[in-house]
Amino acid sequence: MSAASTAVVERPAPPPRRWSKARVAGHVLVALWLLLIGGLLVYLVRAWDPVLFDTYAGRYLSGLLVTLQLVGLSIVLGAVFSVPLAYGRMSANPVFGGLAYGYVYFFRGTPLIAQAFLIYYGLGSFRPQLDAAGLWWFFRDAWNCALFAFTLNTAAYQAEILRGAIRSVGRGQWEGAAALGLSRWQTLRLVVIPQALIVALRPYGNEIILMIKGSAIVAIITVYDLMGETRRAYSRSFDFQTYLYAALIYLAIVETLRHTIDWLERRLTRHLHH
Amino acid sequence: METAQTLLSFGPEGWGDEIASGVLITVSLALATLPFGLVLGFLVALAKQSEEPSMRLAGNIYTTIFRGLPELLTLFLIYYGAQLGVQQVLRLSGTSATIEINAFAAGMVALGIMFSSYASEVFLSAFRAIPQGQYEGGYAVGLSYRKTMRLVVLPQLFRIALPGLGNLWLILLKDTALVSVIGLTDILRQTGIAARVTRESFLFYGLACLIYLLLAILSSWVFRALERHAERGTVGR
Repeated sequence: MSAASTAVVERPAPPPRRWSKARVAGHVLVALWLLLIGGLLVYLVRAWDPVLFDTYAGRYLSGLLVTLQLVGLSIVLGAVFSVPLAYGRMSANPVFGGLAYGYVYFFRGTPLIAQAFLIYYGLGSFRPQLDAAGLWWFFRDAWNCALFAFTLNTAAYQAEILRGAIRSVGRGQWEGAAALGLSRWQTLRLVVIPQALIVALRPYGNEIILMIKGSAIVAIITVYDLMGETRRAYSRSFDFQTYLYAALIYLAIVETLRHTIDWLERRLTRHLHH
Repeated sequence: METAQTLLSFGPEGWGDEIASGVLITVSLALATLPFGLVLGFLVALAKQSEEPSMRLAGNIYTTIFRGLPELLTLFLIYYGAQLGVQQVLRLSGTSATIEINAFAAGMVALGIMFSSYASEVFLSAFRAIPQGQYEGGYAVGLSYRKTMRLVVLPQLFRIALPGLGNLWLILLKDTALVSVIGLTDILRQTGIAARVTRESFLFYGLACLIYLLLAILSSWVFRALERHAERGTVGR
């Protein structure tokens, strides 16, 4: 058992692993997974339909592009908007702080789909006013409304990520920078932000993944993203494989992102490991 | 203001009673899903922290799949998939009929699976926060594995997992809104019907958002009380 004895004496053959209850159950479960995944693959191969593929492959691709555009744009716009929000959440001013708190609470406490409905259908109630303000052309379009709703939503989550990350940098860092004669802004830019971003990397990555998954709800407000194209394909063909292909595409995107974030985190924190 | 009051009143002219029944459905769906999701999530966490590699693999496949799929897609896969599956079985047994799967049940299964795949991660990190000495102490006083689990590990596990589970409950509450898409008459569907009939979309969808917000606030009160209750033994430290 001890490491010292194995170093001197010739290592004995490891005892054969017994078929414990957990081992049997684990193998049964893995076998069930393999059966399920294999069964789905066999089904997809046998149900392969060139006509179906020709009809819908292009549409899936355009739907995928819509999804990626929508998520990419709303993440970037939300990141911009999250900066003043996070500032408000951390400010001592009760009005500013209260407003930011209320905003974040509202957008994190209500379902994204209800927010999208409120903006896409609800703002229709104010058509005369929006017309007068010259904004109706924007809110008439479902894609714009989805982008608007997603931006407001992700800004609330990103503001909290940003706030948490900045809070995670210790007071001593601020004090040390002040002792060196750096201004507040220089401290933030040169000392605090680089450390905060490493803390924020994983939450930001999770937020992107959550947005990609959450963006599927735009299909309900008539945007033809990947989910919208899938729903359209199913309603025309009544072929279940349309949903399975969508699932494979979403899984591939999310897994790729997850592994990229893992890799990035390992790379960016390599100075912290030995 | 007058019209908004009549529209929201409880009665034949108002939509208050319809929306109240929607609230009831939303809350009961979330409450019905919770125990199912918790038990499943706990079992998956047990599998993922098992010493047996095949067990860990099975648990990891589960979370990879169900955390990677969009919530709406999981719901559709289960709803339509179950419909097709039941029809296949019926065809094999010689009867052909179109079967409507109950939206509440489909929603419960889909939401429970999603909840459990996240809950397993919460439980797993809670398991890791409990030192090995707690198990050893349990065995040293002569407790069996089961008793150590039940009397020593689980009470601490729930205390550590409670904040994470509170977040998951809020996510579950919000995700119930998706089940309105397959026809469950929850808050969002009832307010949606009212919005379409009365053409007062902003009023009713705004109300829907406020109700969800209220439920979130109530839940966070309950969870704060639960956390205080769970931590009553650790205060003196």
